Amino acid sequence: MSETGAVELTGAAVRLGDRQVLSQVDLRVERGEFVAVLGPNGAGKTTLMRAILGLVPLAQGRATVLGRPPAQARSRVGYLPQRHGFDRSARIRGIDFVRLGLDGTRWGLPIPITPRARQRRKAERRRIDAMIEMVGAAAYAPRAIGELSGGEQQRLLIAQALVREPEMLILDEPLDGLDIPNQVAVASLLRRIATGQRVAVVLVAHDVNPLLGYLDRVLYLANGRALAGPVDGVITAENLSNLYGAPIEVLRTRDGRLVVVGSPEAPHHHGDRHPIE
Amino acid sequence: MSANPSLSLNLIEDIRQLTTFPFMVNALEAGTIVAVVAAVAGWYMVLRRQAFSGHTLSVMAFPGATGAALIGIPTSLGYYIACAAAALTLGGTGRARTSSRAAETAAVGTIQATGLAAGFLFLSLNHQVLGGPETLLFGTFLGISRGQVLVLLLVAAGALAALAVCARPLLLATLDRELARAGGLPVAALDVGFLLILAAAVATTSQITGALLVFALLVAPPAAAQKITIRPLPSLALSVAFALLVVWLGLGIAYFSPYPVGFWTTTLAFGLYVLAAGSRRLARG
Repeated sequence: MSETGAVELTGAAVRLGDRQVLSQVDLRVERGEFVAVLGPNGAGKTTLMRAILGLVPLAQGRATVLGRPPAQARSRVGYLPQRHGFDRSARIRGIDFVRLGLDGTRWGLPIPITPRARQRRKAERRRIDAMIEMVGAAAYAPRAIGELSGGEQQRLLIAQALVREPEMLILDEPLDGLDIPNQVAVASLLRRIATGQRVAVVLVAHDVNPLLGYLDRVLYLANGRALAGPVDGVITAENLSNLYGAPIEVLRTRDGRLVVVGSPEAPHHHGDRHPIE
Repeated sequence: MSANPSLSLNLIEDIRQLTTFPFMVNALEAGTIVAVVAAVAGWYMVLRRQAFSGHTLSVMAFPGATGAALIGIPTSLGYYIACAAAALTLGGTGRARTSSRAAETAAVGTIQATGLAAGFLFLSLNHQVLGGPETLLFGTFLGISRGQVLVLLLVAAGALAALAVCARPLLLATLDRELARAGGLPVAALDVGFLLILAAAVATTSQITGALLVFALLVAPPAAAQKITIRPLPSLALSVAFALLVVWLGLGIAYFSPYPVGFWTTTLAFGLYVLAAGSRRLARG
């Protein structure tokens, strides 16, 4: 089992209705690797994640996740869908929300009567505390989750995904809506999780900059096609021009940030804040 | 009151007076059942911010009762049918179908108006005065039979059992729908299921408090409890305790005073909510 990669896609294609969303996607993610999926809005990033989760079928190609067909591996994958923050009025503690990562999909009420059930409950409690500690949320986990900042909520979301001890973590735009220091802090946390827990981390983002220095590889999607490899190998003027089929320039600022210029995408609301679209 | 009850300083004597008459025992039992189911269902309703849906379900008591009178079935059966029908309609048009809260609110409001209009139609078709529209709107604790208490108990037990089964998935779906869906939970079915549970709780409660004062028990106790603590279980327990306090004190005061029980329960619930909100503000400094 350990020699199979966390994700292996070969020649993968996805059709939604009569629209070809992705074609010829090759991707291999190992356990312990941290990979970002980049690309403009509508490039099929979320669709690719749903394919890896087995929620949409492949039209062509092959996919294995943790050595099995995607749908069969889903219970071993932690998934954080794209989201828009909690209700301000959500009067539930962060720690209770993290617990829901463990038992939120269980029906019925737990009434730990037998010593064994009580012991299990204690073990769960320890695991929840350990995860909260690991994401650095111990100070605010007892507070109402709706009153926490976006970065704090994101750390608790990651903790609730980790309490099930998944072998892979898929996060859809987890940095969206965070300020830059928090984006970098979450990226560094995910790097630690990937290496420390031997978890494959696949993250969807539209800006690579907060992730620079933490990533193992990127997968760049545009025009339904994909290119995978190390950041410097993929995000080049030549590659992106090929991918988009239009002239693209990649600039590197003095502090190492990457700016992609000329992507032939209609301007949209993120355009100003996120250099790589 | 027939026995000319008078309040004394002796609490035990007062309680003995309260429980002398079978009608009062029935009222206290019915009130207790209603308080528990309203407090628990209301706790989720407040957390889900579906108070407007709850209110819409409660006014369905009006078409329910008038419709029941029209076709000659028991009034309480009419309550349950109308509330369940409204819950299914809300589930079909509400959260599951619309993406925005504004659209959901508009759908709920439209259903509410339609329900009231249907009630008005049934009333005029009846060509007779409904057996106490005031009772329908504001409740009564007089003349609750053993049979009614039993029906309340069965419906409440069913609603509570259903809530116990979906307690945690419902909480997850309430806090984060996307996460619940990603975890494989049937989120849309949970929405409709909760509305049906809420409908049962509302129809049960409105038989004591009346259609308009359901909220004294459905909203005020859980909202006050959620202001005081953010731990789920203690807040749920506190909500039940508040509702019981409101019902028992309300019935007790109404027995000794000339004013109706609906007024007392609502006033007590309001006072409780104000105290809870005030204490939270104080605690925050």
